[in-house]
Amino acid sequence: MIAVLLILIPVLGGLISLFLKEAGTARSWALLSSVVTFAVALSGIFIYDHLNELSFNAEWVTSLGSNFSLSMDGMGKILCLLTTFSFPVVFAATYKNNYRQPGSFYGLMLLMQAGLTGVFLATDGLLFYFFWELALIPAYFLCSIWGGEKRIAVTFKFFIYTFIGSVLMLAGILYLYFQTPGHTFSLQSWYHLNLPANSQNVLFWLFFIAFAIKMPVFPFHTWQPDTYEQAPTGVTMILSGVMVKMGIFAVIRWLVPVFPLATAHFANVVITLSVIGMIYASLLAIRQDDIKRLVAYSSIAHIGLMCAAIFTQNKIGLEGVIIQMFNHGINVIGLWIVADTIEKQLGTRKFSELGGLAQKAPVLAVLFMVMALANIALPLTNSFVGEFLMFNGLFQYNVWIAGIAGLSIILAAVYTLNMMQKIFYGDTVAATVHAQETSKNVQWVLAILVILVIALGIYPQPMINLVKDTVNAVLPNL
Amino acid sequence: MSETFVKILLGFIVLWPFAGFVLNGLGWHGNSKKAIARYACYMVLSSFVASVVIFFAIKSHGAYTVTYFNFLDTGSLKISFSFQADQLSSLFLLIITGVGFLIHVYSAAYMHEEEPKHYARYFAYLNLFIFFMLLLVLGANYVIMFFGWEGVGLCSYLLIGYWFKNNEYNYAARKAFIMNRIGDLGFLLGIFWLISKLATVDYATVFAQAQSLSNFDVTMITLLFFVGAMGKSAQIPLYTWLPDAMAGPTPVSALIHAATMVTAGIYMIARSNVLYSMSEVTMNIVAIVGLVTALFAATIALKQNDIKKVLAYSTVSQLGYMFLGLGVGAYTGAVFHVMTHAFFKALLFLAAGSVIHAMHHEQDIRKMGGLKKYLPITHITFLLGCLAIAGIPPFSGFFSKDEILAAAYAKNPLYWGLGVAGAAMTAFYMFRLYATTFLGSFRGTHDQEHHLKESPSAMTIPLIILALLSVLGGFLGIPEVFAHDSHLLKTFLSPVIATGAGEHLEHGTEYMLMGISVAIAALAVIFAISKYKKTPELGEPAGFGKILSNKWYIDELYDTVIVKPLNVLAGFLKNIIEKSGIDGLVNGVGRLVNYSSRQLRLLQSGQTGSYILFMVLAMIVIIFLWIDDHFIYKFISGLF
Repeated sequence: MIAVLLILIPVLGGLISLFLKEAGTARSWALLSSVVTFAVALSGIFIYDHLNELSFNAEWVTSLGSNFSLSMDGMGKILCLLTTFSFPVVFAATYKNNYRQPGSFYGLMLLMQAGLTGVFLATDGLLFYFFWELALIPAYFLCSIWGGEKRIAVTFKFFIYTFIGSVLMLAGILYLYFQTPGHTFSLQSWYHLNLPANSQNVLFWLFFIAFAIKMPVFPFHTWQPDTYEQAPTGVTMILSGVMVKMGIFAVIRWLVPVFPLATAHFANVVITLSVIGMIYASLLAIRQDDIKRLVAYSSIAHIGLMCAAIFTQNKIGLEGVIIQMFNHGINVIGLWIVADTIEKQLGTRKFSELGGLAQKAPVLAVLFMVMALANIALPLTNSFVGEFLMFNGLFQYNVWIAGIAGLSIILAAVYTLNMMQKIFYGDTVAATVHAQETSKNVQWVLAILVILVIALGIYPQPMINLVKDTVNAVLPNL
Repeated sequence: MSETFVKILLGFIVLWPFAGFVLNGLGWHGNSKKAIARYACYMVLSSFVASVVIFFAIKSHGAYTVTYFNFLDTGSLKISFSFQADQLSSLFLLIITGVGFLIHVYSAAYMHEEEPKHYARYFAYLNLFIFFMLLLVLGANYVIMFFGWEGVGLCSYLLIGYWFKNNEYNYAARKAFIMNRIGDLGFLLGIFWLISKLATVDYATVFAQAQSLSNFDVTMITLLFFVGAMGKSAQIPLYTWLPDAMAGPTPVSALIHAATMVTAGIYMIARSNVLYSMSEVTMNIVAIVGLVTALFAATIALKQNDIKKVLAYSTVSQLGYMFLGLGVGAYTGAVFHVMTHAFFKALLFLAAGSVIHAMHHEQDIRKMGGLKKYLPITHITFLLGCLAIAGIPPFSGFFSKDEILAAAYAKNPLYWGLGVAGAAMTAFYMFRLYATTFLGSFRGTHDQEHHLKESPSAMTIPLIILALLSVLGGFLGIPEVFAHDSHLLKTFLSPVIATGAGEHLEHGTEYMLMGISVAIAALAVIFAISKYKKTPELGEPAGFGKILSNKWYIDELYDTVIVKPLNVLAGFLKNIIEKSGIDGLVNGVGRLVNYSSRQLRLLQSGQTGSYILFMVLAMIVIIFLWIDDHFIYKFISGLF
């Protein structure tokens, strides 16, 4: 029941919101809906933690043998927590932002939430594809209607990329459907397919390219910085905080266990690509003059590590990936919130036009500092735990690859501290000389994120316990 | 003493400074500077008192290991949040909290010009530093050590860039952090190597199972750890951040960049002595890197004119001696030198701070001179510090340096010879500094001369205490030749540190070595005083001196060889590969699709039309395919 509610509440909330005209009503409604969903998720994960609450099964497209089946395992719990937590955070942090047609904006956001949650819960191939598109379509509209100046061209690029991915994936799903005895989309039966190596090797790429675009993995990444830059910040937060996790999640759930032979066969290729991407994106991040683009490239570098760690097929590394999905989500949202308040207040995101903000907004400086330290995975922040486990996995796979990938932790310090310095340190400049402390709601939201960052950095064990069942299911024979 | 009590006490030792950080960081004490400073000092003093209690508990009972909770337990890898209080860590506890407390007190007066909110920020950082440093030495496994290791790096970054309006300081702070990170990567890879072989990071288990490691594994693990140590303890090639770190307030230089943080690398290797002793290769590398750094930094110190820069290069050089000691197996000697160095170098920095304070932020020794008469306490304490570092008996530096040099001789007489040459340079540049600053006549402005006065007691009392420690500290490690079984430190540390080389020298040889090194140091002192007392170097150096004064142009070299090429590469990737390469390809495809869709878009009004159309078309195709199962089956199976 809980699993269904997590999808149903945002769907209904979103549909109702489409008819709301008043900006105030729409944003309060969206916040209320998302808070209720979060509460339901918390109760499901921590109180009503029974299988029949967290899974659901009903007939759907019977003629095709597709069922509306949902199930929440450890990884699903973590991602549902991330999704349901991120939306109220984003709504609260951007509460003061004004949008044209607010009812439609918030309505699409909530529909996107439903799609995302569905992706993380579906255990039926067709249903998974359905939610995948349900999450993506609102994203196109949100970017193309509410985005920045270059939104049309950029959304088009975003669309082309993901559309190609979707088509490839759909072809793969249909092929699997026809290969399955009894023609079904059920994930469990796909796990037992034991396809011959040749078919696995082809199908692997159909799925992987779709997921790689979503993450994104080098060289499928160029839609991302543009989209993050042009999308309205609230949408960017969801795209980078939650939606990129669809790609990683899908690799863990729908790729690695379904095509074990191909995964082993192509692990070297994927890991090499991912590690190239880490270094490449880190180097590009150093040369950015725009907060949003820097965070975008930094995010690509971090995602590259997660992708590489999955393909090492090392249990410790995979645990790191799953908890890092949550950690990366809240950290990157925190960075976007700061980028948004700076842009809103000062009218620029360029480092060359910023400086000395710490004198004017010390609270923001401190909160941002903690998020920045989490971005470079300093111990006692949440991402240290994830990165430590992932690098450990990578090291067990190959010492040299771990060493090269490790260079990214040095480069991360270079660009992150550079960002800190260029925005907050030095003397004030024209743009910042009349700057003020950021608003209380932003301070509170960031403070909550900061507390989470540190709490999960000091005591990560509960998260790790949560992901063990998924890891054992995905990598059973190790 | 019961284990539970130790557990609680150790928890408090760490948490007191942390509480100080939190409360001052949140602005708990508002605008009262007195309350801010007092609170921060009390927190560290409490930790010091508790550390004394712990010290005696260990002395009578032995080591304690206490576990608080599981940090990570993945089934195959278990890392607990636990502390190990043994002889080695308790010694560091005393140094950190003791010297740390004195520097807190000193800071209260030294930083008095700061606005209350920045004053609170300063003390919050300082308390946070103590917290991380304690974590570093108390951790019972390498991961907890790494927490402290990166944490102190963060505090160092925050404190170097404390005056954040000045971008030059910010660059110095960033440089320190990044160079430390390079080392940290080595440390981290070492930890992974350890995990891959032994599946544990606990000291006790690692050392117990060390014999099962292959020689190659031990060498790699210890070398990777040493990379970490090179970053944190400023050894070649990762030393250039330390002189720049002098941008921070002077008490910070004394605490972090002289007495405690930079000795973390020595702590790490002494802690891992079981592993290091197993690898001859690593030991030689450690000894050579240490020795070369000691000499190299000493040559640079000969020609610096910034009072803090001289001390900074001297620190790099002294750290080199400690690594030399570790590399020749004199672990106790290295730890002994950490301790005496903490006393005399903290003293020298604080005394330099007192000079800078009196001179209104002037740091160039060419503009000083004759300060002996104006700053009597500072002068005497500084002089005692100089004698200690120069290795003149019976001051503390003599004992610890002698122990290292004796062990070096036993290993290789060449090490000893070069070490003595470095010691001569040390004596020379320290007394050049002393003579130029305190002797002769005053060369500053009249205005400066008018305002010259001795610092307040909050500053001079820590100086006096540190001076006493610098004078007497050496007696904790009286060499075997003078009196049998009187090396208290060696006896105390023997449970954690296996006694190494150096003790097999014949007494005659040892007396001779000692005599030579003391005589050379004394000559260097006399030479420097007589040379610079009347005629200090005031102009810009020429010839070889210019190369030294420009630090061998190493910063310029790194800039040309590493920083600039990296920037060019990043720019190339950004402007050529990303824009024209990958994105160009994608945009080409995009344009193609765009062209065909433009025709369709004519039918639609509004900009989003084409996307909806795409989705609808896609859906239609999908539904169409569903209608004929047979068709799609053949279609797709034909594809593969």
